[in-house]
Amino acid sequence: MSKAKDLLVSGLVLLVGRGRPRPPAEERVVPEAPARPGWELVALALLGLGALCAVMFPVTYGFNWPHPTQLMGASLGLAFVFIGAALVVTAKHLIVTEELEDDYPPDEHPEEQELLVQVVHESGDRLTRRRLFVLGLGGAFGALGVALVTPLASLGPVLRIAPMFESPWRRGRRLVDENDRPWKASDIEEKDFYTAFPEGADKEDLASAVVLVRLPKGRFDLPPALAHYPADGIVAYSKICTHAGCAISLYRAPMFQPDEEKPALVCPCHYSTFDPADGGTVLFGPAGRKLPMLPLTIDGKGYLRAAGNFDESVGPSWWGVRNRKPRNA
Amino acid sequence: MIRKLVRFLDQRTGDAPLLRKALRYLFPDHWSFLLGEVALYCFVILVATGTYLALFYTDSTKQITYHGPYLPLRGQRMSEAYHSVLDISTTVRAGLLIRQTHHWAADVFVVAILLHLMRVFFTGAYRKPRELTYLLGLSILGISLLEGYLGYSLADDLLSGMGLAIGYAVAISIPFVGANLGELIWHGRFPGTDAFFSRMYIAHVFIIPGIIGALLLGHLSLVALKHHTQFKTGPRATERKIVGVPTYPGQTPRSLGLFMITAGVLFLLGGLAQINPIWLWGPYHTYLSTNGAQPDWYLGWLIGALRLVPGFDLVIGRYTLVPNPFWGGALFPLVVFAFLGFWPAIERRFITHDYGYHNLLDRPRDAPLRTAIGLGVFTWVALIFVAGGLDRVQVTFDLSYTAAIWAFRVAIWIAPLVVGFGAYRVCIELQRGEQAERARKRAEQRAKALTELEVVD
Repeated sequence: MSKAKDLLVSGLVLLVGRGRPRPPAEERVVPEAPARPGWELVALALLGLGALCAVMFPVTYGFNWPHPTQLMGASLGLAFVFIGAALVVTAKHLIVTEELEDDYPPDEHPEEQELLVQVVHESGDRLTRRRLFVLGLGGAFGALGVALVTPLASLGPVLRIAPMFESPWRRGRRLVDENDRPWKASDIEEKDFYTAFPEGADKEDLASAVVLVRLPKGRFDLPPALAHYPADGIVAYSKICTHAGCAISLYRAPMFQPDEEKPALVCPCHYSTFDPADGGTVLFGPAGRKLPMLPLTIDGKGYLRAAGNFDESVGPSWWGVRNRKPRNA
Repeated sequence: MIRKLVRFLDQRTGDAPLLRKALRYLFPDHWSFLLGEVALYCFVILVATGTYLALFYTDSTKQITYHGPYLPLRGQRMSEAYHSVLDISTTVRAGLLIRQTHHWAADVFVVAILLHLMRVFFTGAYRKPRELTYLLGLSILGISLLEGYLGYSLADDLLSGMGLAIGYAVAISIPFVGANLGELIWHGRFPGTDAFFSRMYIAHVFIIPGIIGALLLGHLSLVALKHHTQFKTGPRATERKIVGVPTYPGQTPRSLGLFMITAGVLFLLGGLAQINPIWLWGPYHTYLSTNGAQPDWYLGWLIGALRLVPGFDLVIGRYTLVPNPFWGGALFPLVVFAFLGFWPAIERRFITHDYGYHNLLDRPRDAPLRTAIGLGVFTWVALIFVAGGLDRVQVTFDLSYTAAIWAFRVAIWIAPLVVGFGAYRVCIELQRGEQAERARKRAEQRAKALTELEVVD
């Protein structure tokens, strides 16, 4: 018992005691400065707070208290901040801050440079056709480099651009909703906005999704080539914006008051705005190409079906996007 | 104890002279010299938190049905990638804290790099002999933007997917090779295959961090080799003499303290300030998007540029030479980085004709033309950045979006000139003020000396 007491006392003395001053060295490197017991106390208090917060982290982690993320973040964050503050106090008040001066390194070393050049020059003295040799080295390593990057071509079909034109749509394919229920023409109402997919196709395919809107008969202003594309006032356009490939998910459907703007399909990424009454032409925004339009028919049971493929290639523009019509894969 | 350790190491490595030099290496003191340090510490936090997140993340686009504890998404089809990030945010204890800290650290990382870059630019710290240091730093900024973009794309929530769609559109908009490049990267047409997510993942957690680490090493080595620049704070600081605090004991607790405080603030943000709540956005499908989507702040300038460019593709016959997203998404950042990269050479060649060594920094007023041009370019980029959020302005203040876009299409060309000219005048006036002040002081001293002479008489 008394042994434990001795140990405790001696431990405390070692911890708290100021210690004997060391005998001064002949010549100091770091200059002397007066002690600052007050600031020492501040730094120790900050370290204590830091340790306390650090201990709180496993505690909040272990007990499943409400708001664990906030509690854990606060305890860990404050632990770091307190310990950091203790270090800053140490730097500012407890450690001698010397403002020393030193030479910047020399701008250059002319003799060393000369020596280097000489070594390189003399290293090739035995070669009689130096240029040819350098060319040979360059050629061999260049060829090897090309060989080594060749496997990268396996990453994707670099030279085959046919997939860029593919579309799952073809004449007669039914339009279904997200849950594979076929759309009936009578489901499509004015001033609303519907998403449809080709029945049985991959919905993630860039050329799958279309938007359906119904416009009043008098609103249409279609070019002759597209005049037969709507069915019963319903039009279908690719849902993928021709600007940057986001899905068009806004429909500006006004109440047709004379001072309002006409109905438009809008992409929320960069606000490209397309006219559904005019074959998907661009009304505003950065898109450089009209929306691809899908021809529609209505079958005997009232279901919507595609009457063919899109009139233009789907998705954002690239060098060949205007070269070909989309084709069914 | 210390003596034993020092002797042990010196006997086995011979490091004592080197270490002594390192301990007495000098750091000139100015608050703005800490910005780069903050960026470095963010990188450390990013690597640490990112490694933890990688222990839970799944890089697969395989579609599965969600049965986890977050009720609004129960029964929804989603990729395994999104599912794993949902798990990190809900069921992994401390997962959300680490994820949000990682995200905050990325945002602060780029802020710190940008402020550091501006400090370096406006003080002329990039001048000889530090051009390489500057270029390495600039590459770190560029590649960090890509790294951040890949990071939030990996979550495969609705916002990630929209960001990837735009990235794909920009990639395939590159003249002559775009579509081929797009198919190469995405393993086919967007949204690509599972392979694409594996590629993003390995790039985000291994390839790019490795490159950033290597660039950092070069950047810091060059700083150390040529020593840090300094302001002309007193008579002792000259082009030949560096004045500063030694690594040890002065700088070490300062830097460690700054690291701890940076880490602390990031963990506090990660715990207390919600960022990118992916459970609210839901899973991505190519046919989904949402209004009001904004990228992480450091890509806002690209969104702004994509929105401001008028709607046209450059077409020759049936060949699409330049698809629209190229202007805002590729050419614009290329121009900005080219300006920054070539600026030291441009200034040397056309403005100052100064080919000398510089260890002393300019104050912005000391180089009025540099300050004017720098602020002009900054204004240009900043306005385009603001244009990326105009839709939010429209919703908040009920302004016409169309009118605002047109106003910005004009303003981004005029405002930089106005700001640049204004900055130039301010610099000149400040210089004149200082000259007048110096003249006044000299006159006063002379007057004082004269009166003293009279008193003596």
